[in-house]
Amino acid sequence: MQEEKKTVIETSSITKVYATGGTEVHALAGVDFHVDEGEFVAIMGASGSGKSTLMNIVGCLDYPTSGTYLLDGIEVNTLGCNALADIRNQKIGFVFQGFNLLARTSALENVELPLLYDRSGSKFNPKKRALEALEMVGLADRTGHHPNELSGGQQQRVAIARALVTHPSLLLADEPTGNLDSKTSVDVFGLFQELNAKGITIVVVTHEPGVIQYVKRVVELTDGRVVRDESQTPRSAAEDLERILVEKGFTERDEELRGKESVLDENKLTV
Amino acid sequence: MTAARLLKVASKSILKNKMRTLLTMLGIIIGVGAVIIMVAIGQGAQSRIEEQIQNLGTNMIVITGGTSSSGGVSHGSGSYNRLKVKDADFIAQESVLLSGVTPVVTTFTQAVGGTGNWRTLINGVGVDYEYIRALTLFDGSFFDQTDVRQMKKVAVLAWTVAENLFPDGDAVGQQIRLRNVPFMIIGVLNPKGQTASGTDQDDQILAPYTTVQTRLRGRSFISQILVNTSTPNDIPAAEAEIAILLRESHGLAEWEENDFTIKNQTELAEAAQGTTEVMTLLLAAIASISLLVGGIGIMNIMLVSVTERTREIGIRMAVGARGSDVLTQFLIESIVMSVFGGALGVLVGFAGSMLLSRLMGWGTEVAPDIVAIAIIFSAAVGIFFGFYPARKAAALNPIDALRYE
Repeated sequence: MQEEKKTVIETSSITKVYATGGTEVHALAGVDFHVDEGEFVAIMGASGSGKSTLMNIVGCLDYPTSGTYLLDGIEVNTLGCNALADIRNQKIGFVFQGFNLLARTSALENVELPLLYDRSGSKFNPKKRALEALEMVGLADRTGHHPNELSGGQQQRVAIARALVTHPSLLLADEPTGNLDSKTSVDVFGLFQELNAKGITIVVVTHEPGVIQYVKRVVELTDGRVVRDESQTPRSAAEDLERILVEKGFTERDEELRGKESVLDENKLTV
Repeated sequence: MTAARLLKVASKSILKNKMRTLLTMLGIIIGVGAVIIMVAIGQGAQSRIEEQIQNLGTNMIVITGGTSSSGGVSHGSGSYNRLKVKDADFIAQESVLLSGVTPVVTTFTQAVGGTGNWRTLINGVGVDYEYIRALTLFDGSFFDQTDVRQMKKVAVLAWTVAENLFPDGDAVGQQIRLRNVPFMIIGVLNPKGQTASGTDQDDQILAPYTTVQTRLRGRSFISQILVNTSTPNDIPAAEAEIAILLRESHGLAEWEENDFTIKNQTELAEAAQGTTEVMTLLLAAIASISLLVGGIGIMNIMLVSVTERTREIGIRMAVGARGSDVLTQFLIESIVMSVFGGALGVLVGFAGSMLLSRLMGWGTEVAPDIVAIAIIFSAAVGIFFGFYPARKAAALNPIDALRYE
């Protein structure tokens, strides 16, 4: 039918046990999770379901208590701290709920950040690559802006550009739309779809049902176990966004007109 | 990260909190400044004391006769005297290290004149004696080369003698009789006080050695030869030189022992120098405490900074920074802060030392090596006190750091 796809994530019976104050909490109770190259997966679940723990382990920020995890064919759970840091640098792009951009640092420098910790020795121009990444997320004209001069959606785009700048195998997003309004959320997922169409593997952790419709596959966790794993035909976020904009456009134009009238009124008064 | 990049990142975060950085650096600035000023005062005092010791005549070397013994009983130093005026002349001619040479012919006698009589020491000396002993004249003048050559019967009274024989202070120009030989008083010395062993240095009369030898003593041997060097460092070499010259002058064979004794007063100089060195060390130690306090200030502010920037550390770690990268970043921040503070402290130290010597009239000396030491030391302070906070930052768990509010 079609050629075999490369496996990006492969976990087998991963468990994670937190021992807090004498009691053991089983955050993950044997998770087998498999993601191929080019997939767009959403990990769903209520809080306490273990999705954040899975996300941390998949993102190489934490070790599983038992089980194995292969990322891009590398057995990650046996690596040391520094090797793990390098894996995060080379193979994973993070997008967080709170954007997690460095304050008082320009968008360009924020995007450049992962390249500064690149030890692979690949010789390239970090500035040029950061610019390319910003271009990819449509912020080529905002390179010099600081995070506090950007809207929430723009900040998340900078964060996505930062995640993409190292050309990772996996884009990992933890509640990427948690701090955004619905319009911007749709916008961000539109960008994810766009990037996915270019072949980038994306895993999104979310508990918002509204954005699930835009992904190709949904994995649901409950009490540390996978309870649902379904593929679906995604809705186009771009089309949704257009519709929202059209609707909003009308009201905005109305507001704008009303605003102009009032200005005219004021002008009349002053004249 | 490249070094330039690291420095840029460090200076950026340092400049973010200008007031805080300035106050933190102030600790180091004051610390380094204090160390430099204190050491400058100490060294100023040291060179001043050295100067004063030199005035006392510490570069002086005393040559006396050798020892003799008869039947196993030693007669003590100077008991076998073969020193002659020609030895002194020979040393003066041949030596390269000595700056002053004088023979000393000593005798005790009753001085008669003025209001009465006074038993005192008569020192027959050359003109260099004034310079070697760093004598200053209260009145009149010292005798000169001509007086010595012509065996003039002139005398210079030391303070105690002048006070006892001429209480009215009109000694100069009057006559005194020494063993019935009349001497014209041409000068009176300023008082010098007692020596460490309790001898009154002011109880003596100085006269040309030629006169004393022929008129009062009548012997060809002299009691001492006094010489001095221009710096204390030359003393050991000068002693060796004198030994060679005197052996040559006395025609000693190689197997023969020295028939003279050479002594110096470096002990006194060493003791005094030791005292000022201890004082300098003490001052520096006290000042170092302020540098230590400054270092603790750096540590404190770096700890605050690490806590404040926990999230930033989490972000950096998430995008691939190793623990060592974070450690380096914070360490460089504290080093930049302390070295910059140290450099400013050096300027403060220089300005403070100059101000002190202007206003208080204290001699200060800023040694160039103290500047290098201060900079290196402040860098060390930065490393020492920055290490704990930096390590704390590097040891953060990225998950906790990212979640930190």
